[in-house]
Order: sequence, then structure tokens, then C-alpha cells
Amino acid sequence: MTGRPPTPSPPRVTSTRTAVGALLRKELLLERRVPQVLPAMALFSVVTFVVFRFALDTTSVEGDTASGVLWVTLLFAAMLGAGRLFVADHEEGGIEALLLAPVDRTALLLAKATTFFAFLAFVELIAVPAFAILLLEPGLSLGDVGRLALILALADFGIAVIGTLFGALAIQTRARDLILPLMALPLLVPVVISAAKATAPVLAATGAGAVPGRYLAVLGLYDLVFGLLAYAVFDYLLDD
Amino acid sequence: MYSTKLRSLSLATLLTLGGAFLLAAYYAPVEADQGFSQKIFYVHVPMAIVALGGFVWGGIQGLLFLRTRDPKHDLRSYVAIHMSVILGIGVLLTGGLWARAAWGVWFEWREATLVSFLIVFLLYCTYQPLRFSILDPEKQSRYAAVFAVTAGAFVPLNFMAVRLANPFIHPRVLNNTTGGALPVDMKIPFYLALVGMTLLFVTLYRLEMTHKLTRGRVKGLERRLERLQGERDEASIPARSAAPQVLA
Repeated sequence: MTGRPPTPSPPRVTSTRTAVGALLRKELLLERRVPQVLPAMALFSVVTFVVFRFALDTTSVEGDTASGVLWVTLLFAAMLGAGRLFVADHEEGGIEALLLAPVDRTALLLAKATTFFAFLAFVELIAVPAFAILLLEPGLSLGDVGRLALILALADFGIAVIGTLFGALAIQTRARDLILPLMALPLLVPVVISAAKATAPVLAATGAGAVPGRYLAVLGLYDLVFGLLAYAVFDYLLDD
Repeated sequence: MYSTKLRSLSLATLLTLGGAFLLAAYYAPVEADQGFSQKIFYVHVPMAIVALGGFVWGGIQGLLFLRTRDPKHDLRSYVAIHMSVILGIGVLLTGGLWARAAWGVWFEWREATLVSFLIVFLLYCTYQPLRFSILDPEKQSRYAAVFAVTAGAFVPLNFMAVRLANPFIHPRVLNNTTGGALPVDMKIPFYLALVGMTLLFVTLYRLEMTHKLTRGRVKGLERRLERLQGERDEASIPARSAAPQVLA
């Protein structure tokens, strides 16, 4: 009461942080009440490992092959999730509601990208142990897990940004599930290159080698460039 | 009325590109290592540079469209990307021929530049389907511009990432530090071919722009005529092209 200015107060604007918090809560609550995306992504990952076992006709993998199998699986699982990211909002009018609310539109990008990042992290919590048990020959030591977590976090950030941006783009098209992977996969090739190259020494049978720093640097640069770019152009996708 | 410069531009293109190819064929020395097949370099490399430049130009025009909402910029972005995709097919074909002659394979995965180009090309292949799958013209332009901007920024980043991951065997002709410096009598035809290829791109770009603008003008006049005659054709014919329409 004391701090209120005497002049007519300007239109109330919810701070971005509050809006992001609310949107994030909504997303996580929705997924907890009606689990839809996460079980599909997790199951898809495990099924893909089984498919790889027969497609490669091998019972165990290590090094480069292991890294490739892991990243292809995670990437395709991510495509599955990115396609669903905006479906509920699009069908139920959530985006229009957000546009009517006095909040910064960037809040939606931040909330969706954070949600997607959390989804990816959750899926990896299931997929990576499943991979280690089902396919990986020497298994993972505690140090390996730490190094892998760093690579995963850097790559997930990039995947989350691209997935959110192009998920929002694809949702407005008639062929949304068709066109999203077509756009996102080439864009994510640098992530796959760097992540796979960085992961290969960690999964090597001969004992974990050091993670090459330059691939982490490329991942970081990718995250930075596309993070800023998504921040700059995301608003235009909502401008209706 | 739109094509005042088109004739002189075409002539300049013909002269420069023709001159460059003549120089490449007769003046430039035959490369000691690869022999005659190296001559394709004067077509392949300028084409690749121009195509990549066109993609980036499409991104810049997309950015300008987002800022100004002027349909002209959307049209430019569309035409630039369209032309670059067409040149991209040429780049991949000539690159394949050259790789076959020099390395004995149609496609070389260890070659970072080739792989990067393929990735960029595949990405831009989705530009047209994206436009086609959005019905509302205003939304179509906006979304296509967002795509163009993101993809334009992706071009240099992708080249860097792929190059880092690969030991290169592709000749680095423009980089003196790696020892692949170009002798002067190869440089002259090469840069002339680059100018010619740029002119070719500009000519084709202008031609398509003129075509699209004229068609938009004709459509606008047709609509006005229909309005004057009082008959309105409600059953809209589905468009054959996803190109942006600038109605005059």
C-alpha cells in the first residue's frame, strides 16, 4: 500500500520470470497428470536400442559405434517429443490465451525450451542406463557418467532450442509431423557431430579417454548462437 | 517496366562467364596432379560460393521482412533461396563429377566441405514444402522468414562444425596458409568465373523477381477488372506455387 504511486498505475504486466514459472508449472503438471510425451520418448529409445541390436547384428557396442547408436536414438526420440511440444496449446487455444495475457512472449520460448530440456534429461535418465545395460560392452564408471552428463547437457540445450523453435514453426503447418524432422535434423547435424565425437572416447572399451575440448566448445557455440537467434525470432512466430 | 536492366545484365553475364570459361579452358595451365578434370573447378567452386551467398542473402532479406513487413523482402528472400537451391543441385552434380574423376568416388564422406554443403542443401530443400504447407499467406511469409533467418545463420556454423570433425582432403584453394595457394594464371579465370557466376545469379534472381512482380500485377489488375464487372469468382483456384505474391 505504501509504495504505490499516486498516478494512475500503468497496465499491469506480469514479470517474465513469474510467467515462465507459471507456464513451466503448467507443462510439468500436465505431463504428470496425463503422461503422454515422456513415456513415448522413453519407450521409443529402448525400442530403438533393440532395433539397433538386430540391425547391426551385434550384442554389444563400444566407442564410435556406441556413441552413434546413443545419439541417433536420443535425437529421434527428441524429434518425437518436439512434435508434441505445442500440440496441446495449439488445439486448446493455449497460445491465444498467452497472447491475450500481459506477459512477454519470450516467456513461452523460455518455458517451452526449459520443459523440453527437462523432458530430454528425464528420457536420458532412462535411456542411458538402458543403453549401458543392453548394449554397452564395458559399462559406465562414475567418472564416465559425469563426463557424459556434461556432453548431454550441452547437446540437450541445443536440441531443446531448435526443437522448440521449429516445433512452434511446424505446428502451424498442415504437415506438421512430416516437416519438423525434415527441418530440425539437418539443423542438428552439428550437434550430432560434436556430441558423438565427444562421447566416443567416453564409451571406448579401452578405458575412457579424455573428452576433446573443441567439440564441447562447438556445442557451446551452437547453443549460444541458436539460443540468441531463437530469442530474437521466436516472437514473430506468435504474432497473430 | 520491371525489366529495364535485364538485357544489359544478361549480356554482361554472358560475356563474363563465357570469357571466364574460355580463359579457364585455354589460358589457365593444366593442373599437374589432376590433369584436365581439374578444370571443373572453375564451375564448381564459384557456383558453390554463390549458392551459399544466396542462402545467406535470403536470410538477410528474411530478417528485413520480419522488421519491416514489406512483402518485397519476402519475395526477395524466396527468390534468393529458390535460385540457390537450383545452383545447389549444380554444385552437388559438378562436385560428384569432380570427386569421381579425382578420388574415384561420387561422394566423399571424409570431405568436410562437400558434406557441409549437402547438409545445407538438404535443409533448404524443406523451404518450399514449408511454404506450401502454410495456407495463410501472411503467416506463410512470416514463418518462411523465420526459417530463412535461422538457416542463414546455420550456414557458416555448420561449415565450421563439419570441418572441425574431419581431416580434410578437399583442396583449400583460397587459403594460402595450407599450402594450396593458387597461381596467378589460375586466379584470374577463377575470380572472373566467380564474378560471372554472381552475375548469373543476379540475372536469374532479377528475372524471377520480374516474373513474380509482373504476375502479381496481372493478378491485381484481373481482380480489379472482376470487381468492375461486378462478378466475383469465389471458388479460389489453389495456387500452383508457394511463392509470395506482391499484388500491385
